[in-house]
Amino acid sequence: MRRIAVVGGSLAGVSAARALRKQGYDGELVMVCDEPGPPYDRPPLSKSLLAGESTEAEIGLLGEGETFDADWRIGVAATGLRPAEGGVTLSDGTELRVDAVVIATGARPRQPWPDAPAGVFTLRTLDDARALRARLLPGARLVVVGAGFVGAEVASTARALGVDVTVVEALGTPLAAALGNEFGAVIAGLHAAHGVRLLCGTGVSRLVGQQYVEGVELADGRMIPADVVLVGVGVRPNVEWLAGSGLRVTDGVQCDAYGLTGIDRVVAVGDCASWYEPAVGGHSRLEHWTGARERAAIAVSSLLSGGRQRVEGRPPYFWSDQYGRTLQLAGRIAAADSVTVEEGSAAEHEFLAVYRQAGQPVAVLALGHARSFLRWRKQLAAAPTAAG
Amino acid sequence: MIRVCALTDLPPGEVLRLDLEPAVAVFHTEDGEVFAVDDNCTHQNASLADGWLEGCEVECPLHAARFDLRTGEPDGPPATRPIRTHQVDITDGDIYLTLSPAAQPGATLPAP
Repeated sequence: MRRIAVVGGSLAGVSAARALRKQGYDGELVMVCDEPGPPYDRPPLSKSLLAGESTEAEIGLLGEGETFDADWRIGVAATGLRPAEGGVTLSDGTELRVDAVVIATGARPRQPWPDAPAGVFTLRTLDDARALRARLLPGARLVVVGAGFVGAEVASTARALGVDVTVVEALGTPLAAALGNEFGAVIAGLHAAHGVRLLCGTGVSRLVGQQYVEGVELADGRMIPADVVLVGVGVRPNVEWLAGSGLRVTDGVQCDAYGLTGIDRVVAVGDCASWYEPAVGGHSRLEHWTGARERAAIAVSSLLSGGRQRVEGRPPYFWSDQYGRTLQLAGRIAAADSVTVEEGSAAEHEFLAVYRQAGQPVAVLALGHARSFLRWRKQLAAAPTAAG
Repeated sequence: MIRVCALTDLPPGEVLRLDLEPAVAVFHTEDGEVFAVDDNCTHQNASLADGWLEGCEVECPLHAARFDLRTGEPDGPPATRPIRTHQVDITDGDIYLTLSPAAQPGATLPAP
């Protein structure tokens, strides 16, 4: 392989480029990045950058002078892939010819109200964060639609900026899918403890306002006045450009447990990729920062070795910073049949809980117990359920 | 120079946190090398002694920033500044630490 294209310039794409060089690839490298500026890290967009504690320069993904000796196509999207001839079509009309492709095109926010009035935001890009930040003024009324991680983090940041915050969640418990009902409710308690109103179990019927948003009307008829609305109701993978490529694409590009797509010399990583998870027995898209970084190295190893070298990943890990604390979860809770608090107290929002399946730990959740959390995380990594 | 402990008291894969000002973490890698760095992650307040040691790298327990223990340099975000490294000597089976006198360029240390 003498010419490889990495399509996508966020964490997964940049990590793939870094891994290619680290693993000894010395051929040509083309980086296709559709956003207008240099690569940046997304987690701060809802936290330190939104709070004004980090500058844009501080959240860059590239180290000083780090270029991977690549041909960077900034502000250019890929619009088509023809694996048989190694062809990648770009939005500026260029046709790339490459020997291999790393697909890392990420995801974009779901937006149920595409024609929403001004003052309604989603949060994914630096531009989104700049626009939202400009509206988070002390005393402004923010309604967050969706109590997932992005919604919760924005609520937390906005509170610290003196914004009046209401979070609306369609399900009965926030984060039920991510943490389970019991601990979703525990984490929800953080909102109340910090003066955020949380309205659960009711959807949004419409956004009110002509030119500028004035409020959010709930399915039960209540009207919540708003100066700013953040919609955080999940993401969808950026895979439309792969139509006709022959790749299996359902909810993301289908990959095996090593990032291989089934088409020679095409791998996929990050939020756009749905990897087979042996521990679960099915495919799933991991939307985690750590997954994007670790799986990039695994997929690159698969690519460079032609799939002969199998690298096992660690169990999924993510964190969420809310209200000055770091929530940490490692492993997979889906299979769990029990969960117990092993340290601290859930009511005090300072605890470590272990999820088990038939007595075996499958996941660990913690708020403020970093040291023991890591011990459990290592134990999960060593457990046979995590192996392929 | 500070005597840390006997090398046999810090098995490979283990770490010792020294309650100095600022705190220092002494790592014994699986490959048998010993490194000492400032314990506090340069990204946000977290103890690297609580982190995940893998090869010559330590990963912050909170936000997964990775640092090369040999140079202190971060491997990309979220950390942007290196951690300060300290000199380690093994003499007669004991680990000795010589603290670096000043911060490395770009590093910020807590006030003494």
